[in-house]
Amino acid sequence: MNQIPVHQAGRTLRIQVLRHNPRDPASVPQLQTFELEEADSMTLFIALNEIRERQDPSLQFDFVCRAGICGSCGMIINGRPGLACRTLTRDLPDNIVLAPLPAFELIGDLSVNTGKWMRGMSERLETWVHTQGLEQLDVDAIEEAMEPALAEQIYELERCIECGCCVAACGTARMREDFVGAVGLNQITRFRLDPRDERTDAEFYELVGDESGVFGCMTLLGCEDMCPKDLPLATQIAFLRRRMAAAV
Amino acid sequence: MQIIHTDVLVIGGGLAGQRAAIGAKRRGHEVIVLSLVPAKRSHSAAAQGGMQASLGNCLGGAGDNEDIHFADTVRGSDWGADQEVVRMFAHTAPKAIRELAAWGVPWNRVAKGEREITVDAAKKTICEPDAAHGLITSRNFGGTEKWRACYVSDGTGHAMLYTMSNQAIAANIPVHERMEAIALIHADGRCHGAIVRNLMTGELLAYVASATCIATGGFGRIYRVSTNAIINEGMGAAIALETGVATLGNMEAIQFHPTGIFPAGILVTEGCRGDGGLLLDGKQHRFMPDYEPEKKELASRDVVSRRMEEHITAGQGAKSRFGEHLWLDIRLLGADHINNNLREVKEICQYFLGVDPVRELIPVRPAQHYSMGGVRTDASGQSPTLQGLFAAGEAACWDMHGFNRLGGNSVAETVVAGMIVGEAMADYCESEAGALNLSSALVDEFGRRERQRLADITDGGGRESAFELTRLMQETMTAQVGIFRDQGRLEQAVATLCELQQRSRNIGLRSNAPGANPELVAAYRLQRMLKLAQCVAYGALLRTESRGAHYRADFPRRDDLNWMRRTLASWPEQDAELPVLDYEALDIMRMELPPGWRGYGARDYIEHPDTSARQQQIDTVLSELADADRHARQEALMPFRHLLPEHLRGNNQRLGDES
Repeated sequence: MNQIPVHQAGRTLRIQVLRHNPRDPASVPQLQTFELEEADSMTLFIALNEIRERQDPSLQFDFVCRAGICGSCGMIINGRPGLACRTLTRDLPDNIVLAPLPAFELIGDLSVNTGKWMRGMSERLETWVHTQGLEQLDVDAIEEAMEPALAEQIYELERCIECGCCVAACGTARMREDFVGAVGLNQITRFRLDPRDERTDAEFYELVGDESGVFGCMTLLGCEDMCPKDLPLATQIAFLRRRMAAAV
Repeated sequence: MQIIHTDVLVIGGGLAGQRAAIGAKRRGHEVIVLSLVPAKRSHSAAAQGGMQASLGNCLGGAGDNEDIHFADTVRGSDWGADQEVVRMFAHTAPKAIRELAAWGVPWNRVAKGEREITVDAAKKTICEPDAAHGLITSRNFGGTEKWRACYVSDGTGHAMLYTMSNQAIAANIPVHERMEAIALIHADGRCHGAIVRNLMTGELLAYVASATCIATGGFGRIYRVSTNAIINEGMGAAIALETGVATLGNMEAIQFHPTGIFPAGILVTEGCRGDGGLLLDGKQHRFMPDYEPEKKELASRDVVSRRMEEHITAGQGAKSRFGEHLWLDIRLLGADHINNNLREVKEICQYFLGVDPVRELIPVRPAQHYSMGGVRTDASGQSPTLQGLFAAGEAACWDMHGFNRLGGNSVAETVVAGMIVGEAMADYCESEAGALNLSSALVDEFGRRERQRLADITDGGGRESAFELTRLMQETMTAQVGIFRDQGRLEQAVATLCELQQRSRNIGLRSNAPGANPELVAAYRLQRMLKLAQCVAYGALLRTESRGAHYRADFPRRDDLNWMRRTLASWPEQDAELPVLDYEALDIMRMELPPGWRGYGARDYIEHPDTSARQQQIDTVLSELADADRHARQEALMPFRHLLPEHLRGNNQRLGDES
């Protein structure tokens, strides 16, 4: 059975972490440097856990799936937002600087409260299928048909993992706390595309038809550049903006 | 200590927990969901390849129904499952998928006309019928007679979890994120909620509830190499065990998935093989047909994993600097198929292995994947020994998987169980038994007890490292309680775990940072995980037979004569070294499908005399009902619909039904 042996590869990494514990009145934000031996196939997930286990047990960070699918471990890696779990150290220089994602509430060190932000966004944009009579659904009956290509198109937009990298990379989000971000606008285009959602463009306009929504985007394209899932965010926002402009 | 009151407390924000929450909320009850992480990050999202439901829309699924799904699941379980529960499940799965379809999951659909597929290493053209166009399609998975795994590319769990979470948000169900239940509040055989630790601030709170549901998933992280998310540490099962009253069923039944990428152990879906991918050895020879001529790569997971390890032991593995492994070959599926239907697999290979599976082979080796065991419940999801405690999904053992789970049956189970258990909790809240009746002194007592347990760690001045002991536990489990088990290794494992348990009482912390304190979290989880690990190892030691995923090299045959029994573990004395193991019989005379050969794997097993007696009974009953429809015939053998909530009892409609 697979037992994950570890082989050392020889390089010494210098990992600097921007640290702060808001629960500790004595804590002052500062960069702390850790040194560790690089191993074969080492990811930042492995490196950070090793630091916590061997050097500083108080270090805070978030990992869940460690496979690039759950969106927990977004952080700033040498200046760019990304998923730490699938970042291999061999793709990084000897010096690695890690910081928490900006624009989200800091829990401690590299851990930020993306969950609270995303739930707020979902409540505000009502990111669910709006259909009459869902509670009286006849679950014995054969499901409604859907065009195969349309189902695939919807999934394409549904691949978002709410990691927050697009928000951290967004100029507008950094200036306006109430901006819904590419993550929110993408979800509007996802539900707009879905024939099961009965909302009209006029109703979507009520949700995103202002500067905290689709008209706040400055088209800097940071969202699309930084999206770990390669979602077509810029295209979706441009498309939505045209539709929303036409809705009034 | 702050006390929060609710009707229903759901511990765990994955598919099972959220669906149960939605059910109870719809019935008018107040519900709170606790989750270690934001709900959409739960491990349900990691299910890739599909959800089993016998819709029978596409050509490969034509003729499928609940009867076949039932039989596949019972065979998969190696006759360890509760057959009534399997019936409830197979019957409700199509309803679950149709509900999710209406709620927004973008299931892949049947496209009419010709398409090319890969079967048994050859290309073949099939023609999907016009009538099925646009209905939910399905792919082939291991251990099943039909193509039954309905899917959303290979992000099935992700799409399901997002839809489910969004529906929970729409229903205004609060999810208290980064909250960890560390003890159940209970007295006199009745559960009243939980003591909960806030993972951001470190504060303790009490949640008091009429009905409490454990939906915390599996406990794969007691192993060193697991496909599980790192949050799958089994705290829900552990706090149930620590009541000393609730029991855990079949903890020794642990599944190893054939295709964890090597060496990281990250899952690539069974859909790879279902869609036509092959397993190759070090010489790039396709070896599975040599062992399993019937199902080849698509035997059940326990069988394929054993065959792979057997083949490596025979010196046929591929060698790498990390050790030996085998290859998964999906190149023959072609770039289009991989880019559309296996894109998460492609990303995982790219990012973690630097491999492009369109052109290259994927290194794989079996890794711990699923816990068939869990909190023992009845068919409604309630603990038979601790009233007011419910469990659903992987955390539970209502027992639909027995000793081996079929691929695609777990995401299906989460939603089905949520649909059933949500109703059962609502019924319970509305019943006399469900009336909340506890003293604040009891809550205080449990709060004080847990505060003291934490203080023993933070202030105890011990010298052991929680991280180090966790690593030792995980290595012990992977090395000694793995795919091939025997008395010697299991005895060693039990002894090592006892020793680690001793040492875990002497953990000291290097950090006393206010707030979450990850080192403290690791310490209190380890003490509980060690109890789960011991239930697995000790249960495996005492089960002197091989059944499903539990394989004893020293007892290689399934032994129906002595082991048609479910293991029940409890831990009544907190300081005891070992759990108390008890057994409950599975009654062959009540089975719809008496034990036999699974259709793959070993043919040799020790028969129980009841098997032929029951088979005769069944033959007689069926011969008298020769003209009845399949539902009536089934009903005569083993009625189950009365166990379901009323609105889930109807027949499922399918294409081509006589209306």
